[in-house]
Amino acid sequence: MADFIMPSLGADMKEGLLVAWRVKPGDQVKHGDIIAEIETQKGLFEIEVFSTGVVGPLLVNPGPDKVPVGTVMTTISAGDELPSPARTSSEKRINISPAARRLADENHISIYDLKGSGPDGVIGLADVERVLTLAPPVAAPEVVKQTTDFKTGMRDAIAAAMSLSNREIPHYYLASDIDMSCALDWLEERNRQRSIRERLLPVVLPLKAVALALKKVPQLNAHWVDGKIQLKKDVHIGFAISLRGGGLLTPALHNVDQLSLDQLMAALSDLITRTRAGKLRGSEMTDAGITVTSLGDLGVRTVFGVIYPPQVGLVGLGRIAEQPWVEQGAVSARPVLTATLAADHRASDGHLGAQFLDAFTRILQEPAKL
Amino acid sequence: MKAMDIRKIIETGLASIAPEADFDELSPTENIREELDIDSFDFLNFLIGLNEKLGIDIPEADYEKLVSMNDLVNYLDERTG
Repeated sequence: MADFIMPSLGADMKEGLLVAWRVKPGDQVKHGDIIAEIETQKGLFEIEVFSTGVVGPLLVNPGPDKVPVGTVMTTISAGDELPSPARTSSEKRINISPAARRLADENHISIYDLKGSGPDGVIGLADVERVLTLAPPVAAPEVVKQTTDFKTGMRDAIAAAMSLSNREIPHYYLASDIDMSCALDWLEERNRQRSIRERLLPVVLPLKAVALALKKVPQLNAHWVDGKIQLKKDVHIGFAISLRGGGLLTPALHNVDQLSLDQLMAALSDLITRTRAGKLRGSEMTDAGITVTSLGDLGVRTVFGVIYPPQVGLVGLGRIAEQPWVEQGAVSARPVLTATLAADHRASDGHLGAQFLDAFTRILQEPAKL
Repeated sequence: MKAMDIRKIIETGLASIAPEADFDELSPTENIREELDIDSFDFLNFLIGLNEKLGIDIPEADYEKLVSMNDLVNYLDERTG
């Protein structure tokens, strides 16, 4: 039996609002299924379950009260824990008419909490209706959503996370200028052969290069927890996505090292679209081991990043612009990207950060291998 | 297709990205991406939308020619015939 608790979707999150259950007691769920929608200061998120089994009684009703992180909201009995005969018989003892069960389900009322007034204690439609009139109505998602002012909430959440970062993380910063001629020539040729729908944005090249560089320098794909570094096995990269109303989110692109550039472009499109539509999953907010922020669209040359705790590094990408480039005594104009690394000096030293940027630079010189 | 119709299609596409945009206030020679705060991802999707509505393939090399509303209308007008 596993508890399903109100998850923490970031270092800054203390409580969340249950907007809706997507399951009912008795439903079979498996790892990765969405079982609830939760609202935080940063918006609405779909929450997955990380165990497989049967959903127990729903212990928390949707809104309007906020639920502290860590509160048990339901239980998932493990798949191999088949109900014991005693349990089965106790469940069988709930006598409820089909119409009453349906009405209870529709209103997220646990049938285990109902008292039957019919013959032999059978729960009838009237019993459910009585609970419905007594209990405060389960707020519809539309109503619950309006309880948080996202603009203020988003600002508060960013303020909390970034204050924590600058208070606790001793940042060090490194920058490298990278000749992007090879990478951009290769990308231009590739895009020329494709319809507009299949074209890649330049940012997928450095994103994939970050993933491959992390395979060489895995110490930067990590979380800093309780004074210790915890290396991440998978390469999930948070990508900073600005929101039109203000604020930003840094959801994760999963297993970037294993994606082809086409798959990465598709994953990026999907992630940006869902972020801006408020359709992210909870795990995407927490499982990144590093974050990439790209501000080159607005002409920024160098990004001096602030690490998103508990991560230990942030890669900043500026614009790719033509600059004079000296090689073997000759000057030529080349497209140059200034990439930066902000890293946590508790978890790594400048030498390691330099190894990462060096690997990143070299990988971008061989775009066909990305 | 008339230039007015093309402009309407452009405005519809931009409005889906920047719902708060006021096209009466937008100068026809201003940089649209800067004025409406449109990033490269949104801009690509905007061009994909134009491609679907007008059937015009816009090569990547031409992206940089498409800066203002006038640029867009003229570019598309020449190619829709």
